[in-house]
Amino acid sequence: MNGLMAGVLYALVALGFVLIFKASGIFNFSQGVMALFAALTLVGIMEGRVPFSHLINAVFGTSVHHFGWNVPAFAAILLTMVVMVGLAWLVNRYIFRHLVGQEPIILFMATIGLAYFLEGFGDIMWGSDIKKLDVGLPQGINSTIDEITYNLLGYGFFIDNLDLWATFVAILLVIALVLFAQYSKHGRAMRAVADDHQAALSVGINLNFIWVMVWSLAGFVALVAGIMWGTKSGVQFSLSLIALKALPVLMLGGFTSIPGAIVGGLIIGVGEKLFEFIVGPMVGGATENWFAYVLALIFLVFRPQGLFGEKIIERV
Amino acid sequence: MSVMDQETHVTPDGRTIGGVLMEMRNISLRFGGVKAITDISFDIREGEIRAIIGPNGAGKSSMLNVVSGFYIPQEGEVWYKGSVRPQMRPFEVARQGIARTFQNIALFEGMSVLDNVMTGRLNHMTTGLLSQAIWKGKAEQEEIENREVAEKIIDFLEIQHIRKTPVSRLPYGLKKRVELARALVAQPSLLLLDEPMAGMNVEEKEDMSRFILDVNDEFGTTIALIEHDMGVVMDLSDRVVVMDYGKKIGDGTPDEVRNNQAVIDAYLGVAHD
Ligand SMILES: Nc1ncnc2c1ncn2[C@@H]1O[C@H](COP(=O)(O)OP(=O)(O)OP(=O)(O)O)[C@@H](O)[C@H]1O
Ligand SMILES: [Mg+2]
Repeated sequence: MNGLMAGVLYALVALGFVLIFKASGIFNFSQGVMALFAALTLVGIMEGRVPFSHLINAVFGTSVHHFGWNVPAFAAILLTMVVMVGLAWLVNRYIFRHLVGQEPIILFMATIGLAYFLEGFGDIMWGSDIKKLDVGLPQGINSTIDEITYNLLGYGFFIDNLDLWATFVAILLVIALVLFAQYSKHGRAMRAVADDHQAALSVGINLNFIWVMVWSLAGFVALVAGIMWGTKSGVQFSLSLIALKALPVLMLGGFTSIPGAIVGGLIIGVGEKLFEFIVGPMVGGATENWFAYVLALIFLVFRPQGLFGEKIIERV
Repeated sequence: MSVMDQETHVTPDGRTIGGVLMEMRNISLRFGGVKAITDISFDIREGEIRAIIGPNGAGKSSMLNVVSGFYIPQEGEVWYKGSVRPQMRPFEVARQGIARTFQNIALFEGMSVLDNVMTGRLNHMTTGLLSQAIWKGKAEQEEIENREVAEKIIDFLEIQHIRKTPVSRLPYGLKKRVELARALVAQPSLLLLDEPMAGMNVEEKEDMSRFILDVNDEFGTTIALIEHDMGVVMDLSDRVVVMDYGKKIGDGTPDEVRNNQAVIDAYLGVAHD
């Protein structure tokens, strides 16, 4: 995976993270697994796979695997989104509604539990084989960029169309979310809920609605991430590892900044490749494993609120 | 028969007091073993300023919290606009036109004054998630209208100069005023104020009193307020409920209450604050 695509994926995972953190103060460890789950569901629906077929077959001695139909990509994406909204509702109804007012660490633990549950559930539901995902996004080397750079520099830049698309979509998503949060009714309500529950209630905001909405938005972002990543390298369970890189992205971008997520994601995604390319050979390579974390560590020391985060003021 | 038993009447200062807007019937509220409210009934009439007074811990805030849906009483009925109110969550109560402020101020500290005030208009925004995205024109029109109402209230409460200031930077007295502004922009049928003047200096108290009277006078807003300062209460309110240890010990005009022996003993007689 190249730097641009990796950066977009880090950014998208971080974005879903920021949304939930902003609106509910929940540090959602399961954001990466949500992307995996969304991608699994999308493939499952598109290919007409029977959910829980392994389980059904094992229990009833049957041998069902496919419904025998294929669902067009667009319809499948809509259906997957319905599933993600359903998931958001369930998560709120059966987990976080019961944990209102608990310590952040308890909420965090709950999301760890959710992550493991969702990973296992996705496995049982759709199987753990690596699945090909093709929703019709353009792929292959972008010849225009290749030509232009060749003419200008004497050698061509190979950039995958998919990566350009992913970057474009991610930036669009960020702009849309910023506009939504800043100017729409529900965006304003979301910021209000994030700020003070009591006050939000007193102006007539339904907290549960906002929480379900925010988890749904995070689910949507997860779906986009899942599509990009699944198209690139197949839907496989290693995606949840990518999610760990979202942490340094958050340290860079700030935990509450929507634009910070994308900027941080791209900096780390592209930065770790460049670093590996330039410095890597001098230190024996494999810098990608630690570059992001060291960068995050530097930020933690010198600018703990990140590039865009609100300044942290300790009240005494 | 006192003047208060009539359906509609005009006060000496020319304000019209209408029929019953809200009625609390035999409300009891307990927290474990603590009886915060014991069998209290009273009503609030349209257009009046109704005060609730009593020593610390008397159950005044609890009562306001019952009215606004934050607390659910174990017993009793809440009647609003002529019908009994089913059990409601606070946001549903707010959507019925009941706005409030809090004793300990609940503002959106991370937002500017204007943004805080604008959240008070959320209930008046009808355009939903999808139509907002699709039909941008209508949403914009609505935003403009809501802005106008907000600016009007901001002018009215004389906080134009801090419109863009983050609330967290404001002194206490101004915060109270911003909270009032946020409640007012909702154009509520009933406005609940929990100690709007607590912690203020004399000058700020006078300002706040004037605002409360002006709100009631100009917009005809019905107001229920909790206040400790007896002088203020006597000046502002049309009728007063007196609570002590969760029980109602007096109810009437400021003059009636002032001369009520039980009130003198329980409230004025004992040391408080
Ligand atoms: N959420 C709660 N949980 C437990 N007890 C409560 C709660 N709210 C109020 N109480 C108790 O109910 C009683 C009445 O409290 P309340 O806040 O209504 O009094 P108050 O008249 O508003 O007093 P003050 O003038 O100090 O504001 C007190 O004994 C208080 O401790
Ligand atoms: Mg109180």
